[in-house]
Amino acid sequence: MSRLVVGPFNRVEGDLELTLDVEDGRVAEARVATTLYRGFEQILVGRPAGDALTIAPRICGICSVSQSLAAAAVLRELCGVQPPRNGELAANLAHAAENIADHLSHFYLFFMPDFCRAEYASKPWHGEIHKRFKAVEGSAARDMLPARARLLHIMGLIAGKWPHSLALQPGGVTRALDLGGKMRLLAILGDFRAFAEKHLFGAPLEQIAALETPEQLAAFAEGPGDFAAFLRVARDLRLDTLGRCALPLMSFGAYHTAEGALFPAGVADAAGAALPMGAIGEQVASSFFADSAEDPALSFTTPDMERAQAYSFAKAPRLDGRPAETGAVARQAVAGHKLVRALLGDARGSHVLVRVVARVLEIAAVALAAENWARALDVRESFCAASAAAVKGAGVGRIEAARGALGHWVSVERGVIRSYQIIAPTTWNFSPRDAAGVPGPLEQALVGVETGAQGAKAAAIQHVVRSFDPCMVCTAH
Amino acid sequence: MPGRGARAAIEIAGQYGDSGAMTTKRKTLLWLQAGSCGGCTMAALEQGGAGLFAELQNLGLDLLWHPSVSEATGDEVLQLFARIETGAQQLDILCVEGSILRGPNGTGRFNRLSGTQRTLLDLSRALAQHAEYCVAVGSCAAFGGIPAGDPDPTEACGLHYDGAEPGGSLDADWRSRAGLPVVNIAGCAPHPGWIVETLAALAAGDLGPDDLDALGRPLFFAGHLAHHGCSRNEFYEFKASARVLSERGCMMEHLGCKATQAIGDCNQRAWNGGGSCTHAGFACISCTSPGFEAARDTHVTPKIGGVPVGLPLDMPKAWFMTLAALSKSATPARVRQNAEADRVVVNPKRAK
Repeated sequence: MSRLVVGPFNRVEGDLELTLDVEDGRVAEARVATTLYRGFEQILVGRPAGDALTIAPRICGICSVSQSLAAAAVLRELCGVQPPRNGELAANLAHAAENIADHLSHFYLFFMPDFCRAEYASKPWHGEIHKRFKAVEGSAARDMLPARARLLHIMGLIAGKWPHSLALQPGGVTRALDLGGKMRLLAILGDFRAFAEKHLFGAPLEQIAALETPEQLAAFAEGPGDFAAFLRVARDLRLDTLGRCALPLMSFGAYHTAEGALFPAGVADAAGAALPMGAIGEQVASSFFADSAEDPALSFTTPDMERAQAYSFAKAPRLDGRPAETGAVARQAVAGHKLVRALLGDARGSHVLVRVVARVLEIAAVALAAENWARALDVRESFCAASAAAVKGAGVGRIEAARGALGHWVSVERGVIRSYQIIAPTTWNFSPRDAAGVPGPLEQALVGVETGAQGAKAAAIQHVVRSFDPCMVCTAH
Repeated sequence: MPGRGARAAIEIAGQYGDSGAMTTKRKTLLWLQAGSCGGCTMAALEQGGAGLFAELQNLGLDLLWHPSVSEATGDEVLQLFARIETGAQQLDILCVEGSILRGPNGTGRFNRLSGTQRTLLDLSRALAQHAEYCVAVGSCAAFGGIPAGDPDPTEACGLHYDGAEPGGSLDADWRSRAGLPVVNIAGCAPHPGWIVETLAALAAGDLGPDDLDALGRPLFFAGHLAHHGCSRNEFYEFKASARVLSERGCMMEHLGCKATQAIGDCNQRAWNGGGSCTHAGFACISCTSPGFEAARDTHVTPKIGGVPVGLPLDMPKAWFMTLAALSKSATPARVRQNAEADRVVVNPKRAK
């Protein structure tokens, strides 16, 4: 048995380190660590409650709107304000822009360049993939980056800028769009559709949203576009057998309007069948923190670098005592997406292929929904309800970030934050071992992966890790 | 050190081969993330009609490595760092994003380079010694930023400043190989243009000490106030104020806006195609300033005796009060009513 330490692990958001015990060319045990701690939960305590909207988004430059929305959701609960319909729609549009931009960044900048590595030079697809997706130099980024920047013009209209805006408030959004603004939103979404249909899908968004069976997906893989190119590589490399994880899949629900959530909250088993939502706790047996309550509503964060057995600045979140996987695959499994459920069911668990497929399919689904939200804006009506400052009470803001379930557990006394605990999506997925020694989702998904002659550099390791689209800066905050 | 003009002349001379054809002398760029949220990288990726990678290419910049976008990983990256430290690899521009975390107890262990036992405190200091230019991207790397907010759990500072105090993880008298202090592209997050234009100016040999303000921020954006060009200017002129968020009036009097005190050409540029903080209806928090993270009650203007404490940066208080009283008494009804609405309720028209 040999031990490999893998890092710096790049093309993920933030600081990630793996420790792999390899036996006979396969991973026998994996430990995942985040090596950065900034102390946001400590910084938030003692500040006026409303300042959470200034501090919390800055946890993460890639999920900034999600962090804003989680903080706004808690404050909304504490001050009892209800945003007008326009406020909900505009917040959904800003959130959609961030989430689609994140999905694009993941697919084009983080995930696909691994297939360009020299390790795959003998593959028949390598030439085409290398030309298109080579890191920094490939043609795909030249198409995607301007399209992503254009999509983020939605932020210029609604949020002022991205990342790090104060536009998303408990009562709605701070700027009421006029008729010209609404038309500009629709124009931006039209431009995005044009990019996605030409380059990513090579097909109308509606056709992507209608994919329901693995057979339809296989047929789609023969067509044009970057997603189809990925599917052909995935078939050759059997990515549906790589990085398998058979844990509960959890979603907090995304894109709320008066009619309900576009993607509802819930838990599904590894094959996609519904389970009840359980109790959430965080453990620190393997984390550089002092003991505190497991219930995030009651716990505090105090670093302890000397803690025995600790190896990560991430805590270990548990759902009814078990690790859970979150992200687009969980969101779509819970929402009942037929193709995602079929891919999960065939493998009796999640894997590299379904994680990526769920994310890319979601680009089409959310872009279509965003067009409807923009059309539904009534620019004669208000976008923001006035709300009083939160004075006292405790609440939880649960939302879905691009990478999955994000929760803020907050208590306020005399207008000041008394405790603030954050459990981010990658805290779930890249959790270290808990008090019972049970590994987190990635740690489980890596077991059995072949490293072969490449050792720590094995592309398979890179695929499994990046299939979760980790955001390490959120993970430990 | 030769002056800017002389340096440019040397550069240009070096760019022409015997044939007279321009053979561009390309420069190398390494980007590190320390105690960061990654937001400055996200901002940079919003740049340009052709996208960041094409733009860097066109500017003559070769990206040695960036943690978010480069292929090289693990040992390949450590070998690159080693080559820079032995001098085998030329490093023209070192960009650092994120606060430098000195904690706990000065060890820097809150931010370790993954795969190694080395801290970013140590690595960023070491690589800075080999860089022709060192750039702090964002207010965290410049001054400490949000992680330095009370109680400053990680002993966060900037590369060249600890808040407004000179001397961060690098000493106050530190200079890069080309003789410049750390160039501070302040902002949380900075405008993509601030980042890329600073890199372009460095690549062109066109940014000298005189192009920076007293806190190392490039004057092309730091010579302005965020207030300049604010779409709420007419409301400011007449002191017609918004009372609650989403109203169109000036946010200085009641809603905590610091745009008249904050440096940045924020309202002379389009953010994400046409936005800005004040345009979107929320207060400027002066994110380009050291110590902005210490502020409390973001959307409340601190006042003494009903008068805002933070008046425009360099305006005598008595004059401001006199002019404010005068302009309030002269406010047109249109301006007064629109200030307290979330949309235009009275349209401009010629007075009878």
